[in-house]
Amino acid sequence: MRTLGIILAGGSSERRLKELTDYRAAAAMPIGGSYRTIDFAMSNMSNSGINKVAVITQYNSRSLHDHLTSSKWWDFGRKKGGLFVFNPFLSRDNSYWFRGTADAIYQNMPFMLRSNEDYVVIASGDAVYKMDYNDAIQYHIDKGADITIIYKKMNDCDLTKFGIMEMNEDGRVVEFEEKPLEPFTNCASLGIYIISRKLLIDLINEIVSEGRYDIVKDILERYRRKLKIYGYEFEGYWSCINSGVMDYYNTNMDFLKKDIRDLFTKDYPYIETKPKDEPPAKYNYEAEVSNAIVGSGTIINGKIEDSIIFRRVYIGEETKIKASIIMEDSYIGKNCVVEYAIIDKDVYLSDGKKVIGRPEEPIILRKGFRL
Amino acid sequence: MRKKEIIAMLLAGGQGSRLGVLTSNLAKPAVSFCGKYRIIDFALSNCVNSGIDTVGIVTQYQPLRLNQHIGIGIPWDLDRKSGGVTILSPHVRGESGDWFNGTADAIFRNLDYIDNINPEYVLILSADHIYKMDYSRMLEYHKVNKSTATIAVIEVPIEDASRFGIMNTEDDDKIYDFEEKPEHPKSNLASMGIYIFTWSKLREAIIKDSEIHPDSDFGKHIIPAMLEAGENMYAYRFNEFWRDVGTIESYWQTNMELIKPLPDFNLYDDFWKIYTNFDHQPPQFTAKEAKVKGSLISEGCEVYGEVVNSILGPNVLIEKGAVVKDSIVMSGGIVGENAYIERCILSELCVVGKNVSIGKGENVPNALKPDIYDTGITVTAENTIIPDNVCIGKNCVISGETTYADYKNGSLESGGTISKEADIL
Repeated sequence: MRTLGIILAGGSSERRLKELTDYRAAAAMPIGGSYRTIDFAMSNMSNSGINKVAVITQYNSRSLHDHLTSSKWWDFGRKKGGLFVFNPFLSRDNSYWFRGTADAIYQNMPFMLRSNEDYVVIASGDAVYKMDYNDAIQYHIDKGADITIIYKKMNDCDLTKFGIMEMNEDGRVVEFEEKPLEPFTNCASLGIYIISRKLLIDLINEIVSEGRYDIVKDILERYRRKLKIYGYEFEGYWSCINSGVMDYYNTNMDFLKKDIRDLFTKDYPYIETKPKDEPPAKYNYEAEVSNAIVGSGTIINGKIEDSIIFRRVYIGEETKIKASIIMEDSYIGKNCVVEYAIIDKDVYLSDGKKVIGRPEEPIILRKGFRL
Repeated sequence: MRKKEIIAMLLAGGQGSRLGVLTSNLAKPAVSFCGKYRIIDFALSNCVNSGIDTVGIVTQYQPLRLNQHIGIGIPWDLDRKSGGVTILSPHVRGESGDWFNGTADAIFRNLDYIDNINPEYVLILSADHIYKMDYSRMLEYHKVNKSTATIAVIEVPIEDASRFGIMNTEDDDKIYDFEEKPEHPKSNLASMGIYIFTWSKLREAIIKDSEIHPDSDFGKHIIPAMLEAGENMYAYRFNEFWRDVGTIESYWQTNMELIKPLPDFNLYDDFWKIYTNFDHQPPQFTAKEAKVKGSLISEGCEVYGEVVNSILGPNVLIEKGAVVKDSIVMSGGIVGENAYIERCILSELCVVGKNVSIGKGENVPNALKPDIYDTGITVTAENTIIPDNVCIGKNCVISGETTYADYKNGSLESGGTISKEADIL
């Protein structure tokens, strides 16, 4: 069974993540002390035996390109297949940005046409989860489905931010609505779709010729009755970081929970990321660390509690960090107090500074901020 | 193949017998160091950082781990179309095969490899020291002096000089005499085992010497012969951090030096990184009840107990109530609940049971190998299992899957040995 992968990593987060996505795509958001969000979809593809993958980028793609400079960390450095990164481009008869997810695939149609894989897995690059897509592909084949949407039953959360679907006893989708005002079930689409390559080509050609450009609105919603669309339930951990600052914050904090940390860091297959070759984390004699994730290359002289510290961070003496996220290469001087904060990359806090947010609204220091 | 100006030949075949059970299943260059690294990473990273992209690694003793570690050289950017890394192991030739019997013999037996590339210069290195050195500067020096051979030297205290190969030089550092471990050293310039040779000259010399000495060695044969022939040879002075980690004590000590708040050896240099290979790199977790001070903690570790003055390799688990003090726990190790370990080196994948105590007692040298284990450090071989509730003293050696019955009254006195895998201690 041979399958193509497409990772949609082009979306802006429409300021749902505030300053955090001013300079980066949501798929490039740092997660869990050493990962970028796209690592999860990339590793899932690689671990599912999919070895030809296209990443479609558009919004603030520089940071993503930086992360994907080499594809070998995910085992995509191959002669057959490999990793393709698509950016919008100009040509004689086209000067558009990608006008939607379907348009992004349309503009890169040769990738689809020059393949001979039977199926395509389309996934978004902004979710944290571990999944073997083969199970869903098998389900797709068994059901004789045209499209299979992977969903999860969501509890205790705002369902209006998801695509909500309703299935009959057989699992066939009978209703689908993106971001409904009145959610009719708790089955939320995870933005992961399985479809045969040929059908995807036909559908995209068809809708683009009608001036429609979006997979969700113009294919899933519009064709929900005409095509045989099935739902496949995923029961594992899944979290989208792109729906708001608190979602991003909580997804990071989830790594402090043993079962979730083990799922991603201990259990095979692993989530891979670009290596940075930092030395081990260094705890000096004044360090007091409790309940924290610490990335490599970090040097700790102060007190850290309930926090996620990324790689190569420096924490000065007598400094207290609590319930915060501190990203790569940031420097926190002596005698600082940081609570409920999201400190982006390359931030410099000189001695004695206080950065205090609220549990329900963490304070954000943007990339490169100096105080 | 594109012609290369210089290639490196990394001698990584040594057993390192003074490291005792640390090398029971792997060559010395493959022994893990400072948590996530292996000893060979330092020389190999130096090559890459010096712009050398063609490296032959000569292996012999227990090469499997080394081969796995090096792979096709991806972590060092040595996966290249032209050049890159090549593992050179002993092989059969003609009627019979033979081991590499000396440092120069190892090069002689890989003549084909070097001839294929036909470089101007060859850098010969041993892969068992911890240091950062820019070999491209040494090459410049070699070229400026129009040398046949340039030998890197470091000043050692004169009282230690008789443990080294000593260069006697003129004022401009031109070498006129070389003495291997001299009883009465005339100088304190010790050879670091790093040589740059002009390949055509070296080629001639090792072919000639191979007919005389089947155990042809750089220090014993090649260099003295070149000096005798009146070749231009210079000492290249190096005066930065350089450590031989050839004994248990020096291995432990050098690791501990890196714990200091400002160590003499900087691992944080962005433009001289030390690269290493490991399959994935999750962050590390320190739990609520944990205490970690003065320690280096590698990726994937989970600490629930107390770690002081210690180094943890990747994916080590320190359970609740456990105390790890002045110790090195290599990758995949587990220290059980309420265990106490002090001045101990646990090789890779060792499991220490609950309530075990290691490192208390008198400093009695090991009864079987007093010359190797005599500085109070207890050492375990890789994959060693220590059962719950046993008490182990100083200078002990444990290897294999031990059970409570192996310990007399549940304890192993200082200097004791338990070996379930008999061959090497």
